[in-house]
Amino acid sequence: MDASLFQYLLRLGDNTLVLGHRGSEWCGHAPVLEEDIALANTALDLIGQTQLWLGLAAEVEGKGRDADQLAMQRDIWDFRNLLLVELPNGDFGRTLMRQFLFDAWQVINLGRLMNSSNPRVAEIAAKASKEAAYHVERSADTVVGLGDGTEESHVRMQAALEYLWPYVGEMFLGDEVDAAMVAAGIAPDPASLRAEYDALIGRVIKTATLEIPDSSFAHKGGKTGAFHTEHLGHMLCSMQWLQRAYPGASW
Amino acid sequence: MQPSVEQVWEWLDAVPDPEIPVISLVDLGIIREVAWRNDTLTVAVTPTYSGCPATSIINLDIETALRGHGIEKLELKRQLSPPWTTNWLSEKGREKLEKYGIAPPTAAGGPERCPQCGSVDLKKVSQFGSTPCKAAWRCNDCLEPFDYFKCI
Repeated sequence: MDASLFQYLLRLGDNTLVLGHRGSEWCGHAPVLEEDIALANTALDLIGQTQLWLGLAAEVEGKGRDADQLAMQRDIWDFRNLLLVELPNGDFGRTLMRQFLFDAWQVINLGRLMNSSNPRVAEIAAKASKEAAYHVERSADTVVGLGDGTEESHVRMQAALEYLWPYVGEMFLGDEVDAAMVAAGIAPDPASLRAEYDALIGRVIKTATLEIPDSSFAHKGGKTGAFHTEHLGHMLCSMQWLQRAYPGASW
Repeated sequence: MQPSVEQVWEWLDAVPDPEIPVISLVDLGIIREVAWRNDTLTVAVTPTYSGCPATSIINLDIETALRGHGIEKLELKRQLSPPWTTNWLSEKGREKLEKYGIAPPTAAGGPERCPQCGSVDLKKVSQFGSTPCKAAWRCNDCLEPFDYFKCI
């Protein structure tokens, strides 16, 4: 059980770590100051959640590692995040579309985790779900604003949705880790979140005058660690280089 | 002799929030419990936002203040549950926030009035602001931008 729980917690923590880092890449580069601050604040919340999830993962693992070591001293094949979050940012529209597609899943998943049989998981989920609710409100608003915006912003948002759509399906694929979590009452069956997710994003995407692609093809391998994209390695190079060059450095 | 729990609460009410120094840590509602366990004083603190960088400074400030009052055995606990809510802001804290120029949180999800001129003709500039706990708004009458303490 502990091995499966460890893997499951890595998935939660790696999602927020990798997306948090991607968000932070916009710091100082966003189109307007308010959006820069919003992206950095969202990234900060995600990194805070990472500390909680990976902190608990390290405790469950029981090998004396801590959240920082899990974040900064594991290599690509040990990461368990969804492929969606490791994709490069692209333009502002694609970054916000990805944020929305993730936030929508995150808010639903955390809502279920608040009823987890594991009280530590439940309390982190309760904390994080308040932040996630705020994130999805903002990313949904931005998707609508840009989708139903100018001709150019509309075209870019539709292109972003088409590019990202094949990475959505992985959120709902289950494996033996998920089965162990379901059996222990710790986490929901990923597939059981799909209907609520489709309803939520369907509403927003329609209001944004965009169209969900007619394809159920799903890239997979991120959450199981079997196959990441090349982009994750490049990201880890910049995210981890200091702790790799000077392990344990602090200031 | 052990200082009473009420005394310790009073001391903590004099420790300012590092980001918004007009209110105290007690006003902010993040001190969840003060208790003696034999000869050790335990203080439970809950984070506002999970990634708020002020959290470690807050713990340091609590420790510095209580050591200054002669507390020797001290244990600071992080308490996640129940998660912090702006409903825990004290009435005194809300008044101080507004006087300082930060609109206090409301259940309606936006500021009640401009903390500068009192106008209700307001516009949201961004859902996020200078710290994780604030959003950016502007008054359409006096045209001043101001921070709104997000309601969560």
